[in-house]
Amino acid sequence: MTDQDGPQYQQLLARKVEVVNVGLEGFVKDLRDCGIDVVHVDWKPSAGGDPQMAALLAKLGV
Amino acid sequence: MKLIEDANQQALERILEGEPRLIDIVPARQLIPGLRERMILHAGPPISWDRMCGPMRGAVAGAIVFEGWAQDLPTATKLAASGEIEFHPNHHFGAVGPMTGMTTMSMPLFVVENARFGNRAYCAVNEGLGKVMRFGGNDASVLKRLAWLRDVFGPALGKAIRAAGGVDLKSIVARGLSMGDELHQRNLACSSVFLREVAPWMARTSTDNAVLAECLAFIGQNDQFFLNIAMAMGKAITDPANGIRGSTIVTAMCRNGTDFGIRVSGLGEQWFTAPVEMPEGLYFAGYSEKDANPDMGDSAIVETIGLGGFAMAAAPAVAGFVGAGAPSEAGNFTRSMGEITVAQNPEWTIAAMDFAGVPTGIDIRLVVDSGVVPVINTGIAHREPGIGQVGAGVVKAPLACFQQAIVAIAKDLGVS
Repeated sequence: MTDQDGPQYQQLLARKVEVVNVGLEGFVKDLRDCGIDVVHVDWKPSAGGDPQMAALLAKLGV
Repeated sequence: MKLIEDANQQALERILEGEPRLIDIVPARQLIPGLRERMILHAGPPISWDRMCGPMRGAVAGAIVFEGWAQDLPTATKLAASGEIEFHPNHHFGAVGPMTGMTTMSMPLFVVENARFGNRAYCAVNEGLGKVMRFGGNDASVLKRLAWLRDVFGPALGKAIRAAGGVDLKSIVARGLSMGDELHQRNLACSSVFLREVAPWMARTSTDNAVLAECLAFIGQNDQFFLNIAMAMGKAITDPANGIRGSTIVTAMCRNGTDFGIRVSGLGEQWFTAPVEMPEGLYFAGYSEKDANPDMGDSAIVETIGLGGFAMAAAPAVAGFVGAGAPSEAGNFTRSMGEITVAQNPEWTIAAMDFAGVPTGIDIRLVVDSGVVPVINTGIAHREPGIGQVGAGVVKAPLACFQQAIVAIAKDLGVS
């Protein structure tokens, strides 16, 4: 979020923030250290982000 | 893709419908017509002498002396290196073998018949702990034990098993899982239940009390005795599920100390290999990871049917033994393997998981998609020939095997 973002984002932070963190777990600790409730979702891109393998998997029904 | 889903359903049904029974112990030459003089079957995917690891070479030299093809180990090693010995994987002959997996013509093999499909699979007798050929041991004590297994134990147990009309294996495994076994690094319960079933038949068929006592003690003193029977069972269960076009279910996983190999149902006899990884685990006093050999053996066939590392939750004590964390974390391994399998086996359940079935039917698509690879509970061999086991641990199957198989099946189905 930047200073140019609109008032809706400022309102978002004006109330209690609850975060769903998807993917990299490193952000979770920092947020919790700030007293923010965080639910972590363990997620990785398909095939570790390998586009060729992900495309094959999509064709094979994953 | 409907073709794949239907094929996987068929492969899964064949795995779950297997009816494995131990029906005999017979010298290998009588079971495997192609097994002849100067031919050795080994664990894992195909490998030549020049790429074999230390313990595999040590076991090969020992097997050559055992069969009388050379008088001593140095001569045997020269013979093996000369190209005059044929090497083939156990899997190519309906067999499996733990660690180095040596199978030669005079060794007695367990015969497991899958009554549902009529196929058979074989595995040599577990030698016990200490210096043993499966860990590369090859000295006089190793060869003497193998000769006793061939001349005394094999015929005695074979007679008892035939008299009993065979031994049902699925029920032993079910009981073992409820008694703390995962069937790879802990077989104490299954070995004990097996002994309870065959001991009366051994007594009825024995004509020599001293031999009977020796044979009963050999089984009773070996906590891992049942492993080799479970391996033959695994092979007998998975073979009928191989060769179903379009199926992405894994039908074999094995390693030879150099390469890890898998077979996939829809791709038949083809191997997909990658360098085998080092196990992570705990070492016996006086040894460390510097002494360890990369992972070996056909024993990962038990993980292929949902046991071993896949059934870790049934055996929390094993998690500590193999250095895989606290016993309370054992369930995480089983849950994790549930992410890469298509079903649970309703006949093999785990009390600690509210009687969930063991995760069954590894789908290569789920492995590559998630990056979660099969975990295998394993023994660790010393990297030098002739020393033996130095620890136990967990090894991960290399992702590259599964990626290669994805490319191959996509090509076969014309979707690449």
